[in-house]
Amino acid sequence: MNAAEPQRAAGEAAQDLVLEIAGLEKTFNPGRSNAVPAISDLYLAVRPREFVSIIGPSGCGKSTLLRLVGGLIKPTGGELSVNGRTAGEARLNRDYGMVFQAAGLLDWRTALRNVELPLELMGWSKLRRRKRAKEMLELVDLGGFASHYPAELSGGMQQRVSIARALSFEPSLLLMDEPFGALDEMTREHMQAELLKIWRETATTVIFITHSIPEAVFLSTRVAVMSPRPARIAAELSIDLPERTPQTRDTEEFFRNVSLVRRTLRSVEGQ
Amino acid sequence: MKFLRGGAWLPPTVFGAGALGLWELVLWATDPEGFVLPRPSEIAIALGENISEVWVASRVTGFIIGSGLAGGVVLGAVAALIVIRFRTANETLTPLAVAINAIPIIALAPLFNNWLGITSPRSNQAVVVLLVFFPVFINTARGLSEVDDEQIELMQSYAASDWRIMRTVRIPNALPFFFTALRLVASLAVIAAIVVEYFGGRQDTLGNIITQNAQFTRYDVAWAAVVAGSLVGIALYFAALILERLVTGRYARATTAA
Repeated sequence: MNAAEPQRAAGEAAQDLVLEIAGLEKTFNPGRSNAVPAISDLYLAVRPREFVSIIGPSGCGKSTLLRLVGGLIKPTGGELSVNGRTAGEARLNRDYGMVFQAAGLLDWRTALRNVELPLELMGWSKLRRRKRAKEMLELVDLGGFASHYPAELSGGMQQRVSIARALSFEPSLLLMDEPFGALDEMTREHMQAELLKIWRETATTVIFITHSIPEAVFLSTRVAVMSPRPARIAAELSIDLPERTPQTRDTEEFFRNVSLVRRTLRSVEGQ
Repeated sequence: MKFLRGGAWLPPTVFGAGALGLWELVLWATDPEGFVLPRPSEIAIALGENISEVWVASRVTGFIIGSGLAGGVVLGAVAALIVIRFRTANETLTPLAVAINAIPIIALAPLFNNWLGITSPRSNQAVVVLLVFFPVFINTARGLSEVDDEQIELMQSYAASDWRIMRTVRIPNALPFFFTALRLVASLAVIAAIVVEYFGGRQDTLGNIITQNAQFTRYDVAWAAVVAGSLVGIALYFAALILERLVTGRYARATTAA
């Protein structure tokens, strides 16, 4: 399937959407006695420059959804297109950057060379990728740590390197799988602010998996709530905050959104 | 490099010198004739008197160890690469390697002599190769396969080929495993080579000096050859260590310091 002509457009209206999912199905071990339906009849559309958080009970298939979008695993049914291409084509076209809960840095490479990795794979010249990697480290406030190895960086710094790496080749879509899940509360809030700054400065669309309601509300323009397994998007809530600064977390508006998401999540889980 | 700095040498040197002194003293008091064990001073004298013979033997045995070591290491590392890269090779080669490892290889020395010639160093080399192969193979294969899933998924998300993942993630990840095995087999190869020389091969080897002189109760000379064998082993161990530092470079120091 990787050899398919990359020119083929997947859908008619799909061109203006970064991500379009219709009736997506994913069953693990299909046809066997231990078959697990992970995702069933899932619909989601994401427009350019949106910041969409996907929230849901743990084990509901959030990470599975992200891996399907990334083309790392194949769906058992339904339609999925990224920038009008199939997930597999989008992967080969490097349409998206990925950030996992673990930074996943290569221990034997310096921060700079970790950021260079995707550029290296894309055949950038050494000079060009070094320049870009330095810029990206500046963007995540790690300009002074270019020659440090991951073992010499804190968890939060490692995660920032991994974000710099994912953004280095300017993908139109950033897929983040609980990227701040392993960080302490203070670092986490700091990273959220950083991410919003980066999101505003770059023209990136973000799909962000989390199980933290305040995190989803603070970051997102839209929150998609997933149902328990087999997962579908049970509700979508637009988050309309006048501004997003550290003070925002203490505002009436923020709390109202948080409790709205919480009630929705509870009603979805109760179904 | 920390292990080359002066301070690190001091405690083991003092301890070693103390142990030799104690050995000398105890035997001087209990066994002055040297029936059981020659004193360090006697061994040193024997080494001096037979230095040309021991030197030639060290070079012959050293060559057998070095060539056998190189052969076994290359075979082990290449087999590990093949096994990790191709699943069917894994299913065929790994049980075979385990089976080979289950054979008491040194015990095969007389049979190897029979196949490859009693006076030829080939049989000695073959035993060293076989003995070295397995630890290198298993450790390297483990290093190649024990990679974070997320690093693999990440590489796949960049549309990296399997071979690219091998070069960029798996091989660097396996290097510490490989070098641990290398240090292990460096000493193992010395033991194997000398023991196999007890059964045959060329006449001018360390193993031969040990057996010949032990037969005629010239234990001091036999011990002199043992000392030479130890020096070869130590030299190989440090060569492996230096190679490791050269290859893994600053990364190794950054992580071991942490």
